[in-house]
Amino acid sequence: MALSIGIVVVSFVLTHMVPGNPALANLGQNPTPSEIRVFDQRNGLDKPLPVQLGLYFVHLLQGNLGTSQQTGDPVAHDLSMAIPATAELAITSIVIALIFGVGFGLVAALRRDGVTDFVLRILSLVGVSVPTFWLALIALYLLFFKLGIFPGGSRLSPTDTAPPHVTGMYTVDALLAGRWSTFWDALHHLLMPAMILAAANMGLLTRYTRSAVLEVMEHDYIRAAKAKGLSRRTVVFGHILRAALPSIVTVIGLAFANVMTGAVLVENIFSWPGIGQYGYQSSTTLDLPAIAGVSLFIAVVYVVVNFVVDVLYGVLDPRVRVE
Amino acid sequence: MSTASEAIELPARYRRLPRVHPALRRPLAVTGAAILAIWVLVAIFAPLIAPYGPDVLGNSLSAAPSSAHIFGTDQLGRDVFSRVLYGARISLPISALLVLMSLTIGSTVGSLAGYFGGVVDGVIMRIVDLVFAFPAIILALVVTAVLGPSLQNAVLALVVVSWPTYARVVRGLVMSASQREYVQASRLLGASARQTLLRDILPNVIGPVVVLATLDFGNAILLLSGLSFLGLGAQPPTAEWGAMVSYGTQYFQDWWMSTFPGLAIFSSVLALNFLGDSLRDALDPHGSWTTRGGRR
Repeated sequence: MALSIGIVVVSFVLTHMVPGNPALANLGQNPTPSEIRVFDQRNGLDKPLPVQLGLYFVHLLQGNLGTSQQTGDPVAHDLSMAIPATAELAITSIVIALIFGVGFGLVAALRRDGVTDFVLRILSLVGVSVPTFWLALIALYLLFFKLGIFPGGSRLSPTDTAPPHVTGMYTVDALLAGRWSTFWDALHHLLMPAMILAAANMGLLTRYTRSAVLEVMEHDYIRAAKAKGLSRRTVVFGHILRAALPSIVTVIGLAFANVMTGAVLVENIFSWPGIGQYGYQSSTTLDLPAIAGVSLFIAVVYVVVNFVVDVLYGVLDPRVRVE
Repeated sequence: MSTASEAIELPARYRRLPRVHPALRRPLAVTGAAILAIWVLVAIFAPLIAPYGPDVLGNSLSAAPSSAHIFGTDQLGRDVFSRVLYGARISLPISALLVLMSLTIGSTVGSLAGYFGGVVDGVIMRIVDLVFAFPAIILALVVTAVLGPSLQNAVLALVVVSWPTYARVVRGLVMSASQREYVQASRLLGASARQTLLRDILPNVIGPVVVLATLDFGNAILLLSGLSFLGLGAQPPTAEWGAMVSYGTQYFQDWWMSTFPGLAIFSSVLALNFLGDSLRDALDPHGSWTTRGGRR
């Protein structure tokens, strides 16, 4: 709670202690003094900073994040349009990273010090080292421009129309509407950016999984499980992976931060109308309410994700449950 | 002909390593150090190696890689190879400076929090939590947007977001080191806080912090070039790698304009991660090639 208030204050103060002048950034080349005055008044920029902060809190409690100077719409509305697009991308990407990262980490641990282990180690280091924006460009050049396997950006083909709005996530909405062709089209557009976003997290998850699995494998009960003749599959999935899961889950908070960082870059390259692109555009135009809204939203989600991770940890590891 | 040693198949980890030169047992460390050394040399001697100046406008515009221009030329006829070489003079030292600044601030703050505890610790750690709640690039985006896009401001923004990692790690290390008997003894003998921190505690902290800094160096290069890619860092016509990749996106079909600068970023970051990862192995044998911590 204290953290949330702190986040609001920080995102507000950061975006309002500006040497840059939002009026100048938004009104074009040579605004007249009266134009600037009207702009400042309309956006509440003529009041002292503490008053602005107080008003911001009051409005926030009413669900009002202010009006974007760039789009002219309420920031809350802009966010509600952008969030599903990013959520769809982020969730898909984290799922991909989890499948490959946990799989690779498990294999690396089971074949410790072997060739497979070494190759996977290099792969995971490549994953965390490759610049996301560069990977995106290379993938676009090869898979879209040269080979035409994947579309070159945006959420749907121009010939397709968005499914009726339920969640805002096109794949889910298309399924709900029973429009299979739209679903495949949306998925087709989603996969490449999601895989690129997954690269860093895949590397991270491989390392964490490997270390968690190795730690579990040292325990006597694993040896006992093997000794009593359980099948390899039961030991690996039922005993080893099950016990390693709590440590793996703790990385998801970190993975989320990675995805948001990557989203700013990837959404801009793939013209994906999500939070990353919105935040970037509002930061280049000094759209203060929008920037404050975006950083507030991301910080809150980050706190929520970490809370969920804590809860999940408790579910997976009964020892840490508080009575 | 079978020998007795073949009869017992030991698990891989108990098997004796083949007798090779010590350096070859850590191929990643050697590869990483070699690539990094090459980049450092390139940064120092760029004017001697580069066939052209970074901003020299040639006659062949947007030319594909050839013997005259091995990485091709850009839309203005500048030699991409030369610009990539000169780019090492920007990305590497500035990222190093960035790491050094974050490290200094973070370690100082973290050791104060860890050593004194109580209110000091509480306040500092709340600030750290707060900064951690914002993904690095979002905060950097806000800071650069507010201060205006330039390489200097991008560095400042990234220092703001990266010092807490060091603060958190150093705090933990200082806390556990302060519990040791010899530190307690030294304090009882009347050593000042400054003496205790520098003489008794620092040696315990330095190893992990060096590993962290090496890995963070790669991160710094990634984030800094990412901001430049977005137009929030180095401004054209600076021969900075991220800005060059960004420039190349305008001429998408001419793949060489963004591919080679990107490859430079990738190779230097990979080298640093190879090195940092091996350092971690060496200092923390228990964890093997694994980690607990780090943040991007």
